[in-house]
Amino acid sequence: MNIAEQIVAGDVRATARLLRDIDDQIPSARDILKELYPHTGKAHVVGFTGSPGVGKSTLVDQIALRYRQDGLTVGILAVDPTSPFTGGAILGDRIRMQRHFLDSGVFIRSLATRGHFGGLTRSTNDMINVLDAMGKDMILVETVGVGQDEVEIANSAHTTVLVTVPGMGDEVQAIKAGIMEIGNIFVVNKADREGSRKTVRELRTLIELGLRRRVENGWEPLIVETEALKGRGLEELYSDIQKHREYLRANPQQLNEVLWKRARNQFVEALRDQTLRTILDRLNNRGVSLDALIKMIMNKEADPYSLVHEILNEELR
Amino acid sequence: MERERNLRILVAKPGLDGHDRGARVIARAFRDAGFEVIYTGCHQTPEQIVSTAIQEDVDMIGLSILSGAHTYSFPRILELLKENSAEDITVIGGGIFPLEDIPKLKAMGIKEIFEPGAKLQEITAWVGENVKPREGIGA
Ligand SMILES: Nc1nc2c(ncn2[C@@H]2O[C@H](COP(=O)(O)OP(=O)(O)OP(=O)(O)O)[C@@H](O)[C@H]2O)c(=O)[nH]1
Ligand SMILES: [Mg+2]
Repeated sequence: MNIAEQIVAGDVRATARLLRDIDDQIPSARDILKELYPHTGKAHVVGFTGSPGVGKSTLVDQIALRYRQDGLTVGILAVDPTSPFTGGAILGDRIRMQRHFLDSGVFIRSLATRGHFGGLTRSTNDMINVLDAMGKDMILVETVGVGQDEVEIANSAHTTVLVTVPGMGDEVQAIKAGIMEIGNIFVVNKADREGSRKTVRELRTLIELGLRRRVENGWEPLIVETEALKGRGLEELYSDIQKHREYLRANPQQLNEVLWKRARNQFVEALRDQTLRTILDRLNNRGVSLDALIKMIMNKEADPYSLVHEILNEELR
Repeated sequence: MERERNLRILVAKPGLDGHDRGARVIARAFRDAGFEVIYTGCHQTPEQIVSTAIQEDVDMIGLSILSGAHTYSFPRILELLKENSAEDITVIGGGIFPLEDIPKLKAMGIKEIFEPGAKLQEITAWVGENVKPREGIGA
């Protein structure tokens, strides 16, 4: 069996290794991705996003458990930030997911942002494809908790769950300002804390005020209170995700919109990445280093626009 | 274009004793040295540690030990790695060990042992020198 075949057959080691190569942008990974692509499209992808510490990992752990009770297999991608100072990272989301470590029906991968902004990593979409091809029924993606601009997930997931906690008045404001639009389901976690109901009310008002368009599309964002630590509200979250999935099934136009966004996002990303890499490689082969070009610009021997123009004329002839 | 691999390291704490201060400190030191550290907290069984190491495709496992848990867990971890054809993953240990155990552990396949006096810098430097990211698969 070649590597793609091993992955389609569910081989954990092969999958883990390919994910690493994708993350590290090893060129041969691309060829394996090509082979895997025809096997994708079966999994349902659920994104969990929200500020640091709101309970995303704990929720993912609990909801994964629920899917396992249904006999579904689960792939988890959990993103944590890379330190901008050292390039290193501590990836700690697994701490909350220990009960799944010995379950062969759950595959968990921790990822570092490596300088990528937007809540995911550069290659999260490729990795989703790998877990999909591997046969995972549900793919749960935990974004890095960066605050307000983790909106990328909405272009990768079928269902986006936005997690908040009570008593963060600013939090609700932030949601209003930036990321309200991407939530299909809103979770108020840590409902054991004071102010949970109030947060729910605030969210509901925002949804009713601001999301006319979405409601017209037939999906009114759902709000659910949870206490992830104890599993309270998890059954409701589970059924809300189910409802969203069924809504997409029953509304081909909406489903198409999601699939379109995903496909477009993946294509544009791959095109950008590979074009950039190909051109830099070719320059390198001709003995022109990136550093040398940058130096020219710094020294005002050339301007970036003319350089790019020249290079493209040369390389894309 | 440069495609440098990041070193990925699992820091785990097998055994039953409660706190993981030592493991946290070393995890932070590895991060500050530019490594990607998968951190899983306390109370890990050898099975959990090896399963995590494989799913996360790490280059090294750093085991933090407090009280004698190594006599069972270290050999078991090496054995499980072998069973999974993953013996290319470097395993090191840190913590308190009876002196006479250290040569035994090394003979068994634990690459290095760091005792409580070891400087963090010394440990990260050792890792930087001795552990290399593996080659890409395929093509
Ligand atoms: N009181 C309370 N604490 C909770 C609840 N759910 C999670 N926590 C705690 O909140 C803390 C953060 O939980 P995580 O699941 O790690 O949160 P996260 O959003 O994944 O955090 P990052 O990945 O660091 O952004 C942990 O100490 C949890 O035990 C809850 O329902 N109630
Ligand atoms: Mg988390």
